[in-house]
Amino acid sequence: MDRRLPPREGEWIDRSQPVEFRFEGQSLAGFAGDVLSSALWAHDVRLQGRSFKYHRPRGLYSLAGHDANVIVEDGRRTNMRGDLLPITDGLDVYSVNTSGGLQRDRWRIMERFDRFLPVGFYYKAFHTPRWLFPHYENQMRQVAGLGRVHPGNAAVETPKDYAFCDLLVVGAGPAGLAGAIAAAEQGLKVLLVDEQPHPGGSLNWQWSGNPAAQEQFGGMLEQVHSHDNIELRCGTQAAGAYNDYWIALVDDRRLTKLRAKAMLVATGCFEQPAVFQNNDLPGVMLASAAQRLLQLYAVKPFDRAVVVAANSDGYRAALDLHGAGVEIAAIADLRHDGEPTGLAQNAADAGIEILAGCAIAEAVPSGGKARIQAAAVCPLEKDGSLRTGSLRRIECDGIAMSVGWSPNVGLVYQAGGRFRYAEHVEQLVPSTLPDGLFVAGRANGLFELHDQIADGRRAGLSAAAHLGRFDGNLPDSPQHQASPPSHPYPIFSNNGKKNFVDLDEDLHLADFKNAHQEGYDNIELVKRFTTVGMGPSQGKLSNANAIRILARLNGASINETGTTTSRPFYQPVRISHLAGRRFHPQRRTPLDGWHRQHGAEMMHAGAWMRPEFYSTSGSTRDACILAEAKNVREHVGLIDVGTLGKILVCGPDAARFLEHIYTGRFEKQKVGRLRYGVACDETGVIIEDGVIARLAEDRFYVSATSSGAAVFYREMQRWALIFGMKVTLINATGHLAAMNLAGPKSREVLAGLTDADLSPDAFPYVGVKEATVAGARAIVMRVGFVGELGYEIHVPASQGWHVWTSLMEAGRPHNIRPFGVEAQRLLRLEKGHLIVGQDTDALTHPFEADVAWAIGKDKPFFIGSRSLDIVKQQSLDRKLVGLSFPAHRSGPLPQECCLIIHEGEIVGRITSIAPASTLGHPIAMAFLRPDLANVGAKVTIRTTDGRTADAEVAAMPFYDPDGARQK
Amino acid sequence: MRPTNTPSIDSMKILNCPINGPRPLQEFHFGGELRPNPLDRKDGADADWADYVFNRDGEPGVKREWWYHIPSGTWFIAERDNVTDQFQRTYLYGAEQTDG
Repeated sequence: MDRRLPPREGEWIDRSQPVEFRFEGQSLAGFAGDVLSSALWAHDVRLQGRSFKYHRPRGLYSLAGHDANVIVEDGRRTNMRGDLLPITDGLDVYSVNTSGGLQRDRWRIMERFDRFLPVGFYYKAFHTPRWLFPHYENQMRQVAGLGRVHPGNAAVETPKDYAFCDLLVVGAGPAGLAGAIAAAEQGLKVLLVDEQPHPGGSLNWQWSGNPAAQEQFGGMLEQVHSHDNIELRCGTQAAGAYNDYWIALVDDRRLTKLRAKAMLVATGCFEQPAVFQNNDLPGVMLASAAQRLLQLYAVKPFDRAVVVAANSDGYRAALDLHGAGVEIAAIADLRHDGEPTGLAQNAADAGIEILAGCAIAEAVPSGGKARIQAAAVCPLEKDGSLRTGSLRRIECDGIAMSVGWSPNVGLVYQAGGRFRYAEHVEQLVPSTLPDGLFVAGRANGLFELHDQIADGRRAGLSAAAHLGRFDGNLPDSPQHQASPPSHPYPIFSNNGKKNFVDLDEDLHLADFKNAHQEGYDNIELVKRFTTVGMGPSQGKLSNANAIRILARLNGASINETGTTTSRPFYQPVRISHLAGRRFHPQRRTPLDGWHRQHGAEMMHAGAWMRPEFYSTSGSTRDACILAEAKNVREHVGLIDVGTLGKILVCGPDAARFLEHIYTGRFEKQKVGRLRYGVACDETGVIIEDGVIARLAEDRFYVSATSSGAAVFYREMQRWALIFGMKVTLINATGHLAAMNLAGPKSREVLAGLTDADLSPDAFPYVGVKEATVAGARAIVMRVGFVGELGYEIHVPASQGWHVWTSLMEAGRPHNIRPFGVEAQRLLRLEKGHLIVGQDTDALTHPFEADVAWAIGKDKPFFIGSRSLDIVKQQSLDRKLVGLSFPAHRSGPLPQECCLIIHEGEIVGRITSIAPASTLGHPIAMAFLRPDLANVGAKVTIRTTDGRTADAEVAAMPFYDPDGARQK
Repeated sequence: MRPTNTPSIDSMKILNCPINGPRPLQEFHFGGELRPNPLDRKDGADADWADYVFNRDGEPGVKREWWYHIPSGTWFIAERDNVTDQFQRTYLYGAEQTDG
């Protein structure tokens, strides 16, 4: 049966563009501009979905995306709403949440068990016994969930966009259009968005038969299109409002990150359903949905309808339907006094029977429940309850509900606005709004078209005034004068069990009464226990009624009962929109390309990429690392240390400043010498260590750890401000390349490339020189981190490659090899050098890390000094020690963080371990209780597989304890 | 000097750097509340020092806080109402008086 009507003025469908699509395998035709639900209804396909819990038949309900009755998937996309999904040629969709198809859904049987599935059933029933829960979970997962994810689908990359405007106007209905125009006229750059494909909002479907309204509409559209200051984006939802008017705009293609200076919310209302028996069946719908179906898609909603009304809008809807050839069997008006305006006479003139003081007690289903066959109309007692003894059955195939409205104001809540319940409209209206936020139109409690337009203009001018673009008198907001557009309690019970409050979650009135009896008397608790408002439509059609029900159960007002906050997103947003194209900044040293050309396995080190080791064919990772380390011990190696922090500290107070930052002394440090420094925070915890080179009286060159450099530099800057010292800090980390040439042959390798005198007397251990290396200006430092004769060479980044390759070339006769981070970690472990953050944690102070020697004697102050004075008086809880494992051993080795156990107690943990070393046996560094930490003491470590390993406390350094080799 | 709480990346606020003007919050690092100079505190009792080191004032109201503009390396002070999360004004360290 074809329900499509002849062409109507203002319809959204394009009859010149027929569209073929498939639904549940059936081929159907519609027009471009149709959404799935309208195209289906045009073919009288009323069963369009199944409910979540009971698998009840469902049809279109709001036709505006406010319900979630019709959810479909096409194998690539899921969670698409029938009333929002445009049909396109080749569209091939299936309903979600069915087993064996929409018509024959095997889970229909769930409804028979409804009395065994009261609210809270799942919480209670599957709680015990616990060992059965995995079984229950598996069963529930089979039944629950909407749609299927196909992991094999190709990834979709979506663009992200950024936009800026003075004023964002959300909603292009009468108030939004008027507000955008008023603001643009004052010079504001306005972005006007609407979720629907066309602007106009209710002007499209509620006022379509009103020539004066249509003329105003046309005039406003003309101004919007012609004004240079207004950009109109349709098909765009404002999905969420974040801090300072950062708004997420979502359209079919992309996410736009909009920064506005102010926001005008003119998003209107969600029409609210009445609650009565079978109020969910196909054929029962909001009056606005019937009007949308009629005016936007030219589809005849019903043949014969009953309208349940509590406001003028219901009479308008009845007259619209009547005008389109729908027989209106009756208007059941919930108000005992009926409609106060002339619309009542218009309806009577049209021959419509008006039943004042009546409600619908039940929608009577036809066989199979996919349609309705009658409405059971029932007079109301003065207290609003049904006089069920006086039921009157009225044959009909449709019920249109027009009983009230609830503001669509999630964005207002998110932006910090608050609401109060206003009796003169029986809805929530804004009570307080933050600076820069404005609400107009129906969302502001205004229902007459001229009021909405005036209010939009008022809000647009207010936004202009807020941004300093308008200083005239601001008009007052109009006040709603007529009777309330919403019924205070459109909820009726004939003791049936299918009067639904929340269609997403199949919650009916009794569920709320049960929840209340269980003690849930707070709206936030009721929400969580019943799950009202937690389904896919997020309570757009259920929260208002749930609050009314709870308020009545509590004997409290709506204001006392409170509201729930609506969080982003307004409508579901596809994950691909959110994922977009991620940006992961990565730092690479100037030598990065060389490493990759020479077989380096690169690893992440904070934001940096570093060579972990250089892979040699036929060798394992561990063998490569050990070979690199041995080559440093026996010949010479070269490592890229360009990731080290490199900070220049200059100025007359430079030495004094460093004495404040580090624990050590620097005032008397000689020019041309290095000192090791440890820095603590104010609690005395070690946060950094490094080498401080004095290049001149007033110039120091500080190296900081690769991972800590950025933070350390930042904190040095702050302390320089606090101390008020004459010091300049320059972060040269990215400006310079750095490499460490280490090994007994390093002097011979460097000698031919530098103008510096490398003799031990002229350039001793811990010396620093500014010299040239391979022709490049360099800072050269005699450091001993890996425990061999070595030179750390810092050159401008642009010279790094040249200097590195020159060193590699010069080192060829001496068996030079590059070495990576892992070999360096092994070599420094052999020397007992700690790595801050690896061998220290967030509580480690210098005494337990055995670097108290780096604290300057009798220093009046350094950061953390006062705390360390206190800590020094206390006994040590733990101490950093070396552990040595036998060369010939069996069983697993512990890993870093494995615990040391003594008499069943945890007495320490491994901080670093090397499974193989140049010493021929595994070694480790560990925190250990001091009384167990004597050299030679045996310790037992629990390995990750629960076994144990034995080790012996060893003196550190393990290698070359006198430091003879690095001198 | 340990890193303090960093605002999450999805926090979309705008902060007015005294040097660079209004910039998105992702460009800033939060440096904790503005506290007395430790040089002025170091001679008190142990308990007073422990209080200074470990305790922070979370009382609702307008807080003076350190903020750091990362790309330009600028430390400054922001006065923020920690109830409404609104920044009231920003100025360079020590420039409070001249700022008005």
